[in-house]
Amino acid sequence: MSNRGIRIENLSKHFGKGDTAVLALKNINMQVAPGEVVGLIGPSGSGKSTLLKCLGAVIDPTSGRVVLDDEIIFDDGWKQHDLRALRRDKIGFVFQAPYLIPFLDATDNVALLPMLAGMSDDEARKHAMELLTALDVQHRARAMPAQLSGGEQQRVAIARGLVNRPPVILADEPTAPLDSQRTLAVIRILNTMARRFETAVIVVTHDEKIIPTFKRIYHIRDGVTHEEAGEGRSD
Amino acid sequence: MINLAARDILHNWGKFIFTGIGLGLLIGVTLTMAGVYRGLVDDGRILIDTSGADLWVVQQNTLGPYAEPSSLPDDLWRSIRTIPGVAQAANVTYLTMQVRKKDEDVRVMVAGIAAGGPGTPGWPPHLVAGRQITRGHYEAVADIATGFRPGDRLKIRRNHYTVVGLTRRMVSSSGDPMVFISLKDAQEAQFLKDNDAILMQRRRIRTDPAFSLPGKPDLPEAVIALQTANNYVNAILVRIYPGFALEEVAESIRRWKRLTVYNRAQMEAILVGKLIATSAEQIGLFLIILAIVSAAIVAFIIYTLTMDKIREIAVLKLIGTRNRTIAGMILQQSLILGVIGFVVGKISATFAAPLFPKYVLLIPVDSILGFLAVLAICILSSIVAIRMALKIDPAEAIG
Repeated sequence: MSNRGIRIENLSKHFGKGDTAVLALKNINMQVAPGEVVGLIGPSGSGKSTLLKCLGAVIDPTSGRVVLDDEIIFDDGWKQHDLRALRRDKIGFVFQAPYLIPFLDATDNVALLPMLAGMSDDEARKHAMELLTALDVQHRARAMPAQLSGGEQQRVAIARGLVNRPPVILADEPTAPLDSQRTLAVIRILNTMARRFETAVIVVTHDEKIIPTFKRIYHIRDGVTHEEAGEGRSD
Repeated sequence: MINLAARDILHNWGKFIFTGIGLGLLIGVTLTMAGVYRGLVDDGRILIDTSGADLWVVQQNTLGPYAEPSSLPDDLWRSIRTIPGVAQAANVTYLTMQVRKKDEDVRVMVAGIAAGGPGTPGWPPHLVAGRQITRGHYEAVADIATGFRPGDRLKIRRNHYTVVGLTRRMVSSSGDPMVFISLKDAQEAQFLKDNDAILMQRRRIRTDPAFSLPGKPDLPEAVIALQTANNYVNAILVRIYPGFALEEVAESIRRWKRLTVYNRAQMEAILVGKLIATSAEQIGLFLIILAIVSAAIVAFIIYTLTMDKIREIAVLKLIGTRNRTIAGMILQQSLILGVIGFVVGKISATFAAPLFPKYVLLIPVDSILGFLAVLAICILSSIVAIRMALKIDPAEAIG
């Protein structure tokens, strides 16, 4: 079995201990291949955010294994030493709100990540401009986040998620603040970028409009997932 | 690498500038307080430096003539002059009082200086206008801070004096500007009573049976003359010949004349260490309070600015920014705020200092120490915000 993209095996997460322990995730198994966009759907409190935090190496799973781009991150209590560097280099995040850094313009919001990774400023900005161009916001490259529309901000946020060419992008309700037209545009962009950069994309959502766009969907309820085929209409 | 602190400041420049100005005014007050202390010390020293004396001879077991009253016979200087090593010895009398200037009173320290001329201990060393005193009576040299000008008339007790010259920065240890008059005038002014008091005193003596002795009709008048004359001075200023050991000459005066003698260092210790010690402690305490208040304000501002960025910091941490980078951003902002505050404070203190009624001395070393203290305070103040920022969970960005 290829380990490219992201693979999760028997992942569980408990909060608390003893009688007060809460089982948030129970034996989750998932695999997302490079270039694939999958949906993660579930009601509030179903464990979506907890799963996303485990996949994003923000919290440690209690047990199970997470393999990211041929690299084991978590394995039954063992974890990689430098999760911060791992998040920087191998995981792209797109949030419900864009959460752009308000005092950096669009280009520098995107370029910051490669700069943090040690790339020169000029090179990082060049990469950022390429992505902004690909996402059709190059004309707003020097604008501050407050000067961008909601759709433009979200595209800049997607560019930031992609800039380090991560093998995985975790998108948490990326279309929540957008109207129908922009929602579908963002999903189209994610699909295009996933194929172009060979990135596995997991989109957490309960937006009915975008559910038909996924080829595969993971439903999560009470910490347990089950997979089903989607309609994959975005193409 | 982008300087996140500088970018944030440029983006929120108004907030930083106004906060910096507020902080700067506080720093300005702190620097001015330090200047007030330096001014006090300088006032104390200037009297010693400009007196032209190597030794101060005062009444035995007193801290005179500035810190305690001291009284010496005014003919004692002659015998001190004969001690080996003594080049000059001159009487001097000091009295702090209000002198009349047209319709207002000016608080001054009047110095009675012995006859001689410029260069005699006690005389003002430099004039900025006019001339030195040349007549035995009713001429004065005043410090420019008194507001007098050459040709002005001033009133000390019942006598009028003409200002013939002006000095600059000749002040008492408490900062009062000085007025120099002849020693005889000063001795008279020291105990000069008003006319009614003199008449009452004469009447009391003449009618006192103790002074009405048979065969001695002149006794009451002799007593009156004795009581109204002042044959005492506060100190004798001594200058020694080059080549003589200061302490040996001082020891000779102590041994043979049974007087207390202070050299320059001892006099400075009395003025700075004793006379203005309480004021210095008070100012020192005030400086500490201001430093604590400044630290609290900087800490609060930096903490608030950091709190405003919790979400951004969480995002930065989530996308892999090192704690060092985030701590550096907060620390740099704190330091930049401190630098803005210091520049504003230094400018405001420089412009405010001349407006104070007493001398405020701003010296570069205080500015440097103040700058270092501001930087130290900013570093300490940012610790709270940095600790808070480092505790922010990157998961907060996910929700």
